[in-house]
Amino acid sequence: MKLGLLSRIAGVLGSAAALSLMTAGAAFAAAPTPDKGDTAFMIICSVLVLMMTVPGLALFYGGLVRTKNMLSMCTQVFSTLCLVAVLWVTYGYSMAFTNGGALNDFVGGFGKVLLAGVDSTSVAATFSNGVYIPEYVYIVFQMTFACITPALILGAVAERMKFSAVLVFMALWATLVYFPIAHMVWYWGGPDAFGNAAKAVAEASGDAKVQAQAALDAVLLDAGKAFQWGALDFAGGTVVHINAGIAGLVGSLILGKRVGFGKEQMPPHSLTMTMIGAALLWVGWFGFNVGSNLEANAFAGQVTINTFIATAAAGISWLFVEWIVKGKPSLLGLVSGVVAGLVAITPACGFVGVTGAIVLGFAVSPICFTFCSGVKHALGYDDSLDVFGIHCIGGIFGALMTGILVDPALGGTGIPDYISKPGELTVGAYDMVTQLTTQAKAVGLTLAWSGGVTAVLFLLISLVIGLRPITDKEREGLDITDHGERAYNF
Amino acid sequence: MKLITAIIKPFKLEEVRSNLTDIGLQGMTVTEVKGYGRQKGHTEIYRGAEYAVSFLPKIKLEVVVATSQVDKAVEAIVKAAKTGQIGDGKIFVSSIEHTLRIRTGEADDAAL
Repeated sequence: MKLGLLSRIAGVLGSAAALSLMTAGAAFAAAPTPDKGDTAFMIICSVLVLMMTVPGLALFYGGLVRTKNMLSMCTQVFSTLCLVAVLWVTYGYSMAFTNGGALNDFVGGFGKVLLAGVDSTSVAATFSNGVYIPEYVYIVFQMTFACITPALILGAVAERMKFSAVLVFMALWATLVYFPIAHMVWYWGGPDAFGNAAKAVAEASGDAKVQAQAALDAVLLDAGKAFQWGALDFAGGTVVHINAGIAGLVGSLILGKRVGFGKEQMPPHSLTMTMIGAALLWVGWFGFNVGSNLEANAFAGQVTINTFIATAAAGISWLFVEWIVKGKPSLLGLVSGVVAGLVAITPACGFVGVTGAIVLGFAVSPICFTFCSGVKHALGYDDSLDVFGIHCIGGIFGALMTGILVDPALGGTGIPDYISKPGELTVGAYDMVTQLTTQAKAVGLTLAWSGGVTAVLFLLISLVIGLRPITDKEREGLDITDHGERAYNF
Repeated sequence: MKLITAIIKPFKLEEVRSNLTDIGLQGMTVTEVKGYGRQKGHTEIYRGAEYAVSFLPKIKLEVVVATSQVDKAVEAIVKAAKTGQIGDGKIFVSSIEHTLRIRTGEADDAAL
């Protein structure tokens, strides 16, 4: 602000003043200065992801529950967002994006609790050498991810979980599952740390080379476990969707079915709202996926078109599958396909070509459709709003397919390599079996960690404060019994 | 006096009302109801969960007429409400003992 005022004065006063400002600018050149365009882009992407949660997800889920639980759904999503945002700044960012010492493979440390040491001049690395964005912006962008992920779980336990239990669960789950998984998949030193260490190795000789190599190894190890493996997850297929999806399944199994499940009718109360929610999710998802590129460069265009076309393909795919199998093409089917497509392209959006994105979109819907309309009913679990069937199954499919479609021979981008030519982003060696195995390992790690910890948390909460309202209250609806208000007073 | 209770398809209400007005009836009461007869219900599918919806939305129309007008009124309703498809509805006619207009105190036929 001050600088802006100064430069305006400089414009009036002429060249002498301008010259003195330029000298002042040169003094800052040593520290990387974030680009204004990148900064603006990332702030906009962050608030787009916020829009995915509220009102997007709240309306998408809200429309799918019965009238008596509409406000409960909205309140749960909205308050989870607020709660996790506070936790994120307090210690979540530190747990996800700092070095965790001895536990660094799995979780970060507490060095940046309450954002210690971060101010408006701090910067965070992107995926390009020498390009940085303000750390505050990076924190906010990642915060929106931390907020939406736990909120996704709510669809699986909808209409039957006590509000107090929801809040306790969300605080614990974010802390013990989301922050560590985000660390495992996304924490790394950045392209310059890799490049500089690799350059030092190339330039050194003799004993110094050994030392430089050790330094490079240390830099490579200063990352989460899945990142060290080389797992690819551009925007959060494992961290967000598989993570929330498996937690939803485990939660719905321990919580049990809704009162009257299978005997009473439980149709969605407003598919119009669900459509509005799905549309907001799609728009917001551009912030989610394209923002994960972390800078507004040309490559962001590829991520944008992938996010668009995979989603469209998945929507149309679900529509036709349902038309053929069930006889009618439904709006709910169409928007379910759209969400499944968004889920599937999330890990892949920065690694596949347009053809790969279309293939991914067309293929994900029949798989998720089978889970939501066949497997779920056959097994009889009450994943109320199909969080597992769409987010977990779609996420697993997307994560595995990313390992295949990243292949440059299939139009993919190839695997980024910051080491071979330090300071440049090149395409590394690719082997389908190796990459697919790595993807599967990351999927397995997420399923085991999230599923296991979620089970423990649900059982603990069940013992201490209880998970469900008494049956009468559940029948009356959580809007009145938990919140004392009604969604619609006609 | 007779009470005519007609269960009709919702989209036929305006035609029925218009026909009844044409034969000189001055008022009627309608209620949105749900029910089924031989038409049965239909099936709704939400992500593969199939719900048999037995009760379909119908309109229940109630009108009290002088005994001399019953046949004409029933005929007017049938003429408007008939599509020939299953689910057109039913008409019940029953006797009314007494009618009173609250504002004026008029009674029976004078109150209709």
